[in-house]
Amino acid sequence: MSKILIVAEHDGAKLNPATAKCVTCARAIPGADITVAVFAADGAAVAAQAATLAGVAKVLRVDHAANAQALAATLAPQVVQVAAGYSHVFGPSTTFGKDLMPRVAALLDAPQLSDVMAAEGATRFRRPMYAGNAIVTVEVPAGTRVVATVRTASFEAAAAGATAAPVEGVAVTAELPTHTRFVSVSAARSDRPDLQTASRVVSGGRALGSADNFKLLYGLADRLGAAVGASRAAVDAGYAPNDLQVGQTGKIIAPELYLAFGISGAIQHLTGIKDARTIVAVNKDAEAPIFEIADIGLVGDLFQIVPEIERLIGAND
Amino acid sequence: MKRILVSIKRVVDYNVRIRVKPDGTGVVTDGVKMSINPFDEIALEEALRIKEKGLAEEVVVATIGPADCQQQLRTALAMGADRALHVQTDAPIEPPVAAKLLRKLVDKEQPMLAILGKQAIDDDASQTGQMLAALWGRPQATFASKVELAGDKATVTREVDAGLETLEVELPAVITTDLRLNEPRYVKLPDIMKAKKKPLETLDAASLGVSLQPALQLVKFEAPATRSRGVMVKDARELVDALKKKGLL
Ligand SMILES: Cc1cc2nc3c(=O)[nH]c(=O)nc-3n(C[C@H](O)[C@H](O)[C@H](O)COP(=O)(O)OP(=O)(O)OC[C@H]3O[C@@H](n4cnc5c(N)ncnc54)[C@H](O)[C@@H]3O)c2cc1C
Repeated sequence: MSKILIVAEHDGAKLNPATAKCVTCARAIPGADITVAVFAADGAAVAAQAATLAGVAKVLRVDHAANAQALAATLAPQVVQVAAGYSHVFGPSTTFGKDLMPRVAALLDAPQLSDVMAAEGATRFRRPMYAGNAIVTVEVPAGTRVVATVRTASFEAAAAGATAAPVEGVAVTAELPTHTRFVSVSAARSDRPDLQTASRVVSGGRALGSADNFKLLYGLADRLGAAVGASRAAVDAGYAPNDLQVGQTGKIIAPELYLAFGISGAIQHLTGIKDARTIVAVNKDAEAPIFEIADIGLVGDLFQIVPEIERLIGAND
Repeated sequence: MKRILVSIKRVVDYNVRIRVKPDGTGVVTDGVKMSINPFDEIALEEALRIKEKGLAEEVVVATIGPADCQQQLRTALAMGADRALHVQTDAPIEPPVAAKLLRKLVDKEQPMLAILGKQAIDDDASQTGQMLAALWGRPQATFASKVELAGDKATVTREVDAGLETLEVELPAVITTDLRLNEPRYVKLPDIMKAKKKPLETLDAASLGVSLQPALQLVKFEAPATRSRGVMVKDARELVDALKKKGLL
């Protein structure tokens, strides 16, 4: 039997959907016995949400004042404390999980698999390398405890089950460091859907030319109920904030519909959208590499085409 | 001495189109351009800027790998690193092993800061910096887009999914770099000549008391499923119609 511990990601009030995707990954392992651990200042609400996920057998609620912010250095010793007896320790491949899980792995002296896209058994996994240009099957020796981050774009979120799993309180006995302090977070508050979970994404590249022009895409996105994304070039140039970046070093997403305006289709960008159901590309250069992977392509000037699309959708509502 | 340790990795250049070997044992690297991992170049640039501001006295660059890695160390020296450490081995090195070897270098060099790239663009693991911080028992500030040093503290802005997070960490600490931290300088010809005279020390990886044995077995490499080219439409109306036909609007 595989005992799997999943470290929950949350904002103190709500469980991040990435956690439910880790559960789906874990359920692919035969005989998986799944526990979700919630580290929070007051984890009551988040633990209750985790307890409803189908496939979760138990929730550990680890409350401590130091967990008000998710600091890897503070969380890692607590994860190690509760990980005793587990064969697998999973976290999401978000910036939260990417920061925390290797610190956990090192303290456990365990190997880590990053960005797991499929579990083919308790010891066999698939993961991407080289910006997704190679998919590697990795075997962990039987009996080795393994830490993993789960590539959220590869899994559906586990649904709510019929019954809630029991929630067990755990007291922190691990010694927590004080050398790392949270100062602030500047999150762009927006009413738009979250880029990582949105079913539609409108994305823009360097071609937008300015932060002001980029607003054109916000207009279309709002009309479609879509999230907004951006290429690295657009973020580097300051047209869009960093949390909108899609790609190898940004977010890996899998929307139903991805609309790319003025994005050339560099390999590092395509890595982030490979799992999109339908990719639409608008680019004035007929030779742009994005057309090699687009399901629907249109050669033209985005500054004419975006308002036209908006008008055509509006006219038919 | 106030020292910064930067680790770099020799990887297939980011412009190379990666091809999986037909026998599935890896990717083609014969005759392929190799470079310093782009994130590590940013790490080195940051260390050099900190030194140029007078906040550090020495920048030591280290790498782990076969003899060929010395090319990348020489490039790093030409960029401005003061000296180089080559932990030599032909064995494939997993991130936990790299972290343990770097931990040994930390003992040897006693840096106030270790700066690493947030990930290497070959295995894309994004583990080594965090593992080094854990083994060292020191703070980590990953995915940094801004670093400010004052006294025995660093204030680091991090690129996280929600936006930008700022942490304050006590030194010594480990920082891993994101792409927007800086733009690395170009190497000038006279610097390449000068770099040839800078010290480069070679250490045998097997002599450092760390098991180099990999824990994971890479069973097979495959090319990813490819997406095929779809249809081209001629204007916005056709585009909207095509989306409607697919039930997407
Ligand atoms: C280590 C590393 C990691 C990276 N990670 C990422 C990542 O996570 N995400 C990412 O996106 N990139 C990443 N990059 C950068 C990537 O290589 C490209 O440089 C970047 O994606 C280019 O962005 P772009 O397509 O917006 O710009 P460009 O390549 O400059 O393309 C602009 C496109 O707009 C078109 N255009 C111009 N004007 C118009 C118009 N009026 N109407 C329509 N089309 C127009 C042009 O024809 C062109 O195709 C990374 C690079 C490295 C080295």
